[in-house]
Amino acid sequence: MNQDHIRNFCIIAHIDHGKSTLADRIIEMTGLLTAREMQEQVLDNMDLERERGITIKAQTVRTVYKAKNGEEYIFNLIDTPGHVDFNYEVSRALAACDGAILVVDAAQGIEAQTLANVYLALDHDLDVFPVINKIDLPSADPEKVINEIEDVIGIEAQDAPKISAKNGLNVDQVLEAIVEKVPAPAGDPNAPLQALIFDSLYDSYKGVIAFVRIKNGTVKKGVPIKMMATGATAEVVEVGYFGAGQFIPCDELSAGMVGYITASIKNVRDTAVGDTITNAEHPCDEPLPGYKKVQSMVYCGVYPADGAKYPDLRDALEKLQLNDASLFYEPETSVALGFGFRCGFLGLLHLEIIQERLEREYNLDLVTTAPSVIYRVHKTNGEVIDLTNPTNLPDPSTIDYMEEPIVNAEIMVTKEYVGSIMELCQQRRGRYVSMEYMEETRALIKYELPLNEIIYDFFDALKSRSRGYASFDYELKGYERSELVKLDILINREEVDALSFIVHKDSAYERGRRMCEKLKDEIPRHLFEIPIQAAVGGKVIARETVKAMRKDVLAKCYGGDISRKKKLLEKQKEGKKRMRQIGNVEIPQSAFMSVLKLDEE
Amino acid sequence: MKNDKKAEIYIHVPFCARKCAYCDFVSFVTDDATKKAYFDALKKEITGTAESIGKIPVDSCFFGGGTPSLVDESFIVSTLDTIRDCFQLDKDAEITMEMNPDSVNDNKLRTYFDAGINRVSLGLQSTEDDELKLLSRIHDYDTFLRAYDRVRTTGFKNVNIDLMSGLPGQDKDKFLKTLKRVIDLKPQHISAYSLIIEENTPFYEKYKDGHGLPTEETDREIYHETYDTLAKAGFDRYEISNYAIPGYECRHNTGYWTRKNYLGFGIAAASLYENVRMSHRAGLKDYINCDFSLEKEALTKKDQMEEFMFLGLRLTKGVSKKDFYDEFNESMDSVYGEVLSKLTEEKLIVNGERVYLTELGLDLANYAMSRFLL
Repeated sequence: MNQDHIRNFCIIAHIDHGKSTLADRIIEMTGLLTAREMQEQVLDNMDLERERGITIKAQTVRTVYKAKNGEEYIFNLIDTPGHVDFNYEVSRALAACDGAILVVDAAQGIEAQTLANVYLALDHDLDVFPVINKIDLPSADPEKVINEIEDVIGIEAQDAPKISAKNGLNVDQVLEAIVEKVPAPAGDPNAPLQALIFDSLYDSYKGVIAFVRIKNGTVKKGVPIKMMATGATAEVVEVGYFGAGQFIPCDELSAGMVGYITASIKNVRDTAVGDTITNAEHPCDEPLPGYKKVQSMVYCGVYPADGAKYPDLRDALEKLQLNDASLFYEPETSVALGFGFRCGFLGLLHLEIIQERLEREYNLDLVTTAPSVIYRVHKTNGEVIDLTNPTNLPDPSTIDYMEEPIVNAEIMVTKEYVGSIMELCQQRRGRYVSMEYMEETRALIKYELPLNEIIYDFFDALKSRSRGYASFDYELKGYERSELVKLDILINREEVDALSFIVHKDSAYERGRRMCEKLKDEIPRHLFEIPIQAAVGGKVIARETVKAMRKDVLAKCYGGDISRKKKLLEKQKEGKKRMRQIGNVEIPQSAFMSVLKLDEE
Repeated sequence: MKNDKKAEIYIHVPFCARKCAYCDFVSFVTDDATKKAYFDALKKEITGTAESIGKIPVDSCFFGGGTPSLVDESFIVSTLDTIRDCFQLDKDAEITMEMNPDSVNDNKLRTYFDAGINRVSLGLQSTEDDELKLLSRIHDYDTFLRAYDRVRTTGFKNVNIDLMSGLPGQDKDKFLKTLKRVIDLKPQHISAYSLIIEENTPFYEKYKDGHGLPTEETDREIYHETYDTLAKAGFDRYEISNYAIPGYECRHNTGYWTRKNYLGFGIAAASLYENVRMSHRAGLKDYINCDFSLEKEALTKKDQMEEFMFLGLRLTKGVSKKDFYDEFNESMDSVYGEVLSKLTEEKLIVNGERVYLTELGLDLANYAMSRFLL
C-alpha cells in the first residue's frame, strides 16, 4: 500500500473522557475485526487498567478503512498512556504519529492533563483535530466546549464531530476526518533504516517485541539490526503489524509503516523506548531525535511482609521488569524490615501500579517505605551524590549543601476551590507562578512545587479540597538548593531506618509530630512504656508515648466459650507474627504504611 | 485421667424476662408454651445422650442461662429427675442454679431446695440502683436483699453473688461500696467480673469506642482493690474473677479449667467429652423440634496441651508439671521451656513445679496465654 493511504495517529484525552471507547468503535467500524470478536475494550487488556480506567502499557492496532471516496486506508491507531508519570512514553508514541484526535468530554471540558498532552502533540508537529464526546449526556454542552477548545488551545473546533463513542453516534465522521485531517506519512523506503521504538513487550516465545514506526528505509526477516543508543545488535526474525490483540506477520515494513520487529532479544532494556533501530550493515548517519534514558523520579523500599518471601519478590520484580524497562530495582537491607529492594519509579502512579501488581498478580504482602525523590547532595570535598535512600545520607558535617527536584505544576480547578488549592500549594512550599481564568468558572493555576511535597498525599489532598474537581499535571523543572534535613524516628530510643526521610527543615517539626501521633496509634501497648520520638540531627523535636499495657484479660469465660477463647488467643498470636521486631518492641507492618498517608489538617 | 467415664452436666435455660443491655448470651423473651416445649426437648436430649454414652457418674450439675429461675419450677424438678434417671448423680453432687433476684419466691426456693439444688448463684451486679438501671437489670437492690434473705431462710448454705465492675461512669469508690455491702451479706462465693463490651449488644453500639467507660488504669485499680478487700474478708481468689471462702470454690466451673468431661444440654450449650469438643447447632425452633445435632471437633494432642495450659492458668493455683507429664507423656519444659522462661523473665508467671500467673500475669492473662499456642 502506498504511503498516501496510511494514517498514523493517536487519541489524546483526559482519563474518563472516552479514549478507549472511541478506539473500540474505530476498530469495530473498520476492517479486520468483527463485532463478536470485540472484547469490551480491546485496547485495555490488563485487569488493573480496566479497573482504574487508564491505559498503562501502550498498545497499537492496525485496521483497514474503506472511505466514502471508495478507497481503502490503513489506520495505525497508536495508543498512548494517559498519565503524567508516563510523559516520556507518551512523547515517543506521539513521535510515531502524524496526527492526533483530541477527545474532550462534552460535559467536563478541558482538563489539565488534556492541555499537557495537546501541547506535547503540538510540540511534535502533529495535526490535532478535536472530537466532542459524550454528547448524549444530559449535562453535555458541546458549544461551550468547542469555544473553550478554540479559546484555550487555539485550534479550530467549529466543525469538530460531536459524537457518543458509547453509542457509536457520529463516529463515522471521525473516520472520515482521520482520512482528511491526518497527513499521510513521508519518508524514503530506499534510505538507510531508521525505525523509532515507541514501545516494547516481552513474550516468552518470541523474546522482545519492539513496536516501531519506520521513518526511513525498509526492514524484513534476516536483516542485521542495531539499536543505536543501547548498542545492542540482533538479526530480525519476524516483522509484522498489529491486529487487534494479535501479531500478524508480514514480509516487510517500509517507511511510513507502523509494526513490530522481533529478533530473539532477551531484555527489554536493549530496546529502550525512543531508541532508533537501524541496519547494522548499512546504518543511517544519525539516530532519530528525542531519545532520553528513562529516569526514575520516585524511589521507595519494597519489602516482603513475610521475610521468607524475599525470593518470590525478587522473581516478581524480575518478571515485571521484562515488560517495564522504566522499573528500576536493586537489593537493599533495612535493620527494621530485613531484606528487600529499593525500587525506582517514573512517578507515584507508576509506584502504585507496580505495588498493586506485585500484590495482586504475584500474591505478595508488601511493606513499603515512604517514597523519596532523588536529592542531590554536594559534599564539602566536591563530591556530588544522588541520594535515593534517606538512610544513606552522609554525615551532615561532610555536606556542603543539598538540592531537591522542583516541578512545574498546573492545576485546573473551578472557581470556588481556587482559594483552598492555593493554600494547599502554599503549605507545600509552592512558588506561585500564575493564574488565568480559562472561562468564567475555571482557572488554571501554575505553581512551582518541590517534588517531595507532592509525592506524599498531594493527590488526595487536592481531591478532598476540590471535591474531586481539580485536575493536575506536572513536569520536572530542575534542581534547586534547599534547606533539607533528615528526620529520624526513634522507637524506644532505637532509630528505625525504614522510617527515616528527608524533609525541608521548616516542615520537619510538623511532620515529625504527625508521624509520632500516627505511630502512637499504630503500635500496640507492650509490657513497658514506649517513647516514640522524632529527631533531627540527634535532637528530639517531637515525642509521644505508648503507655504500658495494663489489662489484657478475658474477665468472664464460660465452658461454652472455650473455642471462642482459643480463637481470640490465636488472633493475638497471629497478630504477633505480622509484627516487626525493633529492639524489644514489636511494630505492626501497618505502622510503616500508616505514615505514608499523614492526614490532611 | 480425663478419659474415665465421668462428667459434669450443664443445662442451658435460654429464657429471660428481658435482655440486659450488655449480655450476648443466647436467651429469649418468649411465652410459656415455648418454654414447656423446650424442656420437653431437653428431656429427650438428655435421655438420648445417656442411651449412647451410658449411665455414667455425674458429680456436678449447673442450671445456667438466661434466667433458670424464670421458668415454672416443675420444669427444673423434672429435668433433675431425668438426670437422676439417666445418670448416676453423686449424692453430694454440686447442683447450682442461677437466679435472678426478681424471679424467686418462697415456693420456688423451697421446691428447688427439696429437689436437691444446693448452690445458688444470684445475679446482683451492683448495689447501686442507677447502675442496675443502666445495665437494664430488672431488679433493684432492695428486691435483691429480699430475695437473698429468702434464699438464706430456705436453707441454702452455698450462695454466690455475681458482681460487675468497670461499668460506665464507675470509679473505684463506687464499686467498693457495692463490694463492701456484699461482703456484709456473707456469701460463700463472689464472682467479680469487669464488664466486657460484646458485639451485638446495645452496649456495643454505645461503648464500642470505650468512651464513657473507666480507663484501663481505673479498671485494674478496681480489680486489685477487689482482691485486697476480699482477701481481708477471708475470700480466696481461685480464678481470674472468682473468689470463695476456702472449701466453697465452684466445683463445676473449676472443671472447665481442669478439662473435666462435661455435657452441655440445650441450645448453644457446649460439651467436652473424651477430648472431643461439641457445640449445639440448632436455634430455638429447631431444638424444640429435636434437632440435637452437634458440631464436633476432636482435639489433637497439640490442642489438648494448649488447652491444658491456657485453661489451667485461669486458676490462680495454675497448672502442675507432673499432671502435664502424666497426661501427655512429655514434660512441660520440653514442650514449653522457651515460653516459660520468657514469661518468667517478663514477670508474668511463676515457674516451679506448678506454673501460675503472677498478679501482673493475671492482668495480662491473654497476652501470657496466647504464648502457649503451639
